[in-house]
Amino acid sequence: MNSKTVWYIVKRILLAILTTWIVITITFFAMHAIPGGPFLSEKAVTESVLEALNAKYGLDKPLFIQYLNYLKGVITFDFGPSIKMRGQNVTDVILQRFPVSAAIGLISSGLAIFFGVVFGSLAAVYHNKWIDKTIMVFSTAAVAMPSFVIATILLLTFCGVNGILPIGGDTWQGLILPIVALMMYPASYVTRLTRSSTLDVLSQDYIRTARAKGVSFVKVIFKHSLRNALTPVITYSGPMIAYVVTGSLVVERIFGVPGIGALFVNCITNRDYTMIMGTTIFLTVLVIVMILLGDILYKIVNPRVSFD
Amino acid sequence: MSKIVKIHDNGLFPTRDNVLYAKDLQPGHFFRKNGEVYEVFGKVDCEIGPEICKFSVSDTKTKVESFMSFAATEVVDFVHLLEVNNLQTTFVVGKEKVKAIDGVTFNLEKGKTIGIVGESGSGKSVTAYSIMQILASNGNIVGGSVKFQGQEMVGADEKFIRTIRGARISIIFQDPMTSLNPVYTIGNQLLEAVKLHTDLDRAEGLEKCIEMLRLVGVNSPEKRMKQYPFEFSGGMLQRVMIAMALICEPDILIADEPTTALDVTIQAQILELMRELQKRMGMAIIIITHDLGVVADMCDEIAVMYGGKLVEKGTAKEIFYKPKHEYTKGLLNSIPKQGTRERLKTIAGSPVDLLNLPKGCRFSPRCASCMKICLEEYPAEMRMSETHSASCWLNVKAAFEKEKEGDGQ
Amino acid sequence: MSEPKFKKNPFSLQLDVSKFELATEEEKSQQERMRPSVSFWKDGLRRFRKNKIAMACAIIIVFIALVVIIVPIFYPYSYSQQLGVRPFMPVDDSFNNLAPFTYSTTEQTLRDAGQFVWPHIFGTDDLGRDYFIRILVGTRISLLVGFFASVIVLIIGVIYGSISGYFGGKVDLAMMRVVDIIYALPDMIIIILLSVILRQTLGNLIAGTVLEEIGTGMISIFIVFGLLYWVGMARLIRGEILTIKQQDYVLAARASGAGGKHIIIKHLVPNSVSVIIISACLQIPSAIFTESYLSFLGLGVSIPMPSLGSLASDALGSVFSYPHRLIIPALVICLIVLSFNLFGDGLRDSFDPKLKR
Repeated sequence: MNSKTVWYIVKRILLAILTTWIVITITFFAMHAIPGGPFLSEKAVTESVLEALNAKYGLDKPLFIQYLNYLKGVITFDFGPSIKMRGQNVTDVILQRFPVSAAIGLISSGLAIFFGVVFGSLAAVYHNKWIDKTIMVFSTAAVAMPSFVIATILLLTFCGVNGILPIGGDTWQGLILPIVALMMYPASYVTRLTRSSTLDVLSQDYIRTARAKGVSFVKVIFKHSLRNALTPVITYSGPMIAYVVTGSLVVERIFGVPGIGALFVNCITNRDYTMIMGTTIFLTVLVIVMILLGDILYKIVNPRVSFD
Repeated sequence: MSKIVKIHDNGLFPTRDNVLYAKDLQPGHFFRKNGEVYEVFGKVDCEIGPEICKFSVSDTKTKVESFMSFAATEVVDFVHLLEVNNLQTTFVVGKEKVKAIDGVTFNLEKGKTIGIVGESGSGKSVTAYSIMQILASNGNIVGGSVKFQGQEMVGADEKFIRTIRGARISIIFQDPMTSLNPVYTIGNQLLEAVKLHTDLDRAEGLEKCIEMLRLVGVNSPEKRMKQYPFEFSGGMLQRVMIAMALICEPDILIADEPTTALDVTIQAQILELMRELQKRMGMAIIIITHDLGVVADMCDEIAVMYGGKLVEKGTAKEIFYKPKHEYTKGLLNSIPKQGTRERLKTIAGSPVDLLNLPKGCRFSPRCASCMKICLEEYPAEMRMSETHSASCWLNVKAAFEKEKEGDGQ
Repeated sequence: MSEPKFKKNPFSLQLDVSKFELATEEEKSQQERMRPSVSFWKDGLRRFRKNKIAMACAIIIVFIALVVIIVPIFYPYSYSQQLGVRPFMPVDDSFNNLAPFTYSTTEQTLRDAGQFVWPHIFGTDDLGRDYFIRILVGTRISLLVGFFASVIVLIIGVIYGSISGYFGGKVDLAMMRVVDIIYALPDMIIIILLSVILRQTLGNLIAGTVLEEIGTGMISIFIVFGLLYWVGMARLIRGEILTIKQQDYVLAARASGAGGKHIIIKHLVPNSVSVIIISACLQIPSAIFTESYLSFLGLGVSIPMPSLGSLASDALGSVFSYPHRLIIPALVICLIVLSFNLFGDGLRDSFDPKLKR
């Protein structure tokens, strides 16, 4: 790892921190721009109670002070108490609901990359034969389906009156469908990406050299072609995580999984300020970190790439 | 009534290709006896009675050495090191099939150098790739045969071909910068060749790689082994490619435009290197190029290709001093001559379109001496000497007129 | 020097002397069949027409667009009309939740009396609204959103990218830094946030104006697109402009002068324009995706205006009883997105200069 790589990584980390701060700021000021405040939807409260509530949650202080307090809180991982869920800290709620989403997300991503690479490579190796055509048809169709479409189709097929699989996040069987629903789009995308990248690599001169040396076909694919062909897939891993996070909002709602996605949607409708901010920042940082890791991994694997 | 001339397939000379007398066998020759192919190492004695010749030979498959005796006038079943016969290869492009080479025939003996000359698209690289069977996935050998030491390669088992590729026949390519895998060190790639074809362990293999790098003129080889291709210059990389090709001491080295991507000064160095290595290791070389200068220096024999056909073949002297095909003549004429201030001569017209081939001779649209028959029928091959042949109707015409003259006298 | 030798009478057939005369120029040129050179656009169109899938998709898109524009004008039902609700009369429940091609009791009586009642092709929803027309209008909304969102992205992206590319230097550097930051933001989360906020804040602003019809959801979608999604296009344009500028310098160095500029326009504009159009085309399905996603979450269009996403979302509650209400909008979304994707791919295969063999 030479100095150029280190400098690149540092620059990327700085950019990530900057982006996070921007998101925090936007979220904060956005929340406070909503007219009416968080208590307006509750049953009618008297003025004094309103004042007391505002004081309790620090909503009566000047905006800038609130902002600074909040920043302090974020850095110490304290997002404050939930406004709508009495007696619960935002951080606690997030941590309680995160594992389910993380499990679904990680497994989906892993399976997506695995299947994507396998099918994409197969399609490239058997270029223009029926294997290739079948894989391409399926992946093209799957790429056009939004996650909620796939989720609903799965829901109808497998749950319902004669349901095979349960819904809800208590049992591990209940996680199967959300994982499958979430994994379809990235898997198809990775398939197409791997296929075109592998086709490109296989037409390169150094593949010809390897064959000319007497390397067996299987070894040519695994040793010489795969490593070069996978670099676009690594680049995609960042956006893929972003997709999985946003897709989980919908999928969790459809399948009744008590994860962070469902939490996010709910707290938005409820106008639970602190919860919204906490979840937003949490998810955003997650996505940014994943993208950052993807970039660093890419740079390590491909020593020739330089920063922009 | 006009009928078209047909010349005997044997040409005007009896072809003595596969007929050799035992007394003419030399070290480096191959022959077949009792189903096995042997290589001659040395001539022991031809005097034990003038009719008996004894040779030290080695079985090409088992490498076992032994002695063999023949009657001096016994006809030996001669086997070329490489025998290419009527090789034809097509490529599938979209919905159409293009015949990239149509009927390429030549032989190569141990220690000799043959040059394949032609423009881009003439089929010279395709010939090399067909021999090694490293065509792209849309390419197929559709006819002919390629025999290495008597063993047929076209249609042979892939496992067998892989024992030959890189070990018995090696190839180096035009652009060294793109011909090496960018994510692995060159040491890794060199070792791969060693591990594939030899039984050396890792330490011995490393040593061999370093020794080979030194042999081709790469300085500080131990350090270089750990470097990536993008850290080398073009000339250095080509040396590395040569090292990689020769590390298993092949019998044939195919060089596909080895100097085209390099500076002129480096060109000379690389060619010199190849010549030296040839002397040292005794291998045969097929050199593919469009540069007649390269060919003049290095080659014993020259084969000229145009539009997928081999149009003329002969020794270097014959090709350069007595070319018998209009295309060859055009090529030679276009070499700028030192000392004169003549206008550069070019060959008129544009290169042949393989999707749109002329009915007769493929060079006819550009030929200044084109005759009517040239447009209708592909010229029959004629032999001018044992080593020199060409496909051109002008030769047939000249021969016919000579015969008329001879008859008339 | 050896002359070609031959044995006596080697020729099996008579020699045709006339064939050995020199060929004339016309005879030679007959052999040369030149392929006509085509202009960039004609060549691309020809290739596109050969691509059957892309052509089919183009036809599908045009067909759908025509249907959703024309049919609602003549259709007997409107998308917001609750058929069971008439002024001054009790609500007629029999209109609700009709299966496809069935009739309410009121309609059935009319039919028995011999009157023709236009069938509910997709049935009705739980408020008695004809579902078919709602699907059509929903599709129209989705297509419009897709189209206008792309246009917004195109305009902002082109302007921003051109300025950045044209001025270069520090201006370019600063502008591109902004692009980098926006690019790094996780778009979906921001969109959701902004949609929520805009819905609240704008709701009061536009009450009573034309915009209220469209709904805050739609407006917020457009605003969000305008804020976030133009960056890819901007980068693309900037890249093209920089290439053009390079060409400029090269030509300025030569003595070609004015002629050069025309050559640039003739060669570079086709290259960049095709890239831009293809990119804009592929932007449409992603816009439709986003819109349907937001509508599904309830952040898109406001009731009663339907969107394919909101229709799917509404149908989720009764998915096991009336599955067709969810399947139909889902399938339509997929069909539109797939068609645009394949169409865009086809365009790219035919017109992208980098892919030219």
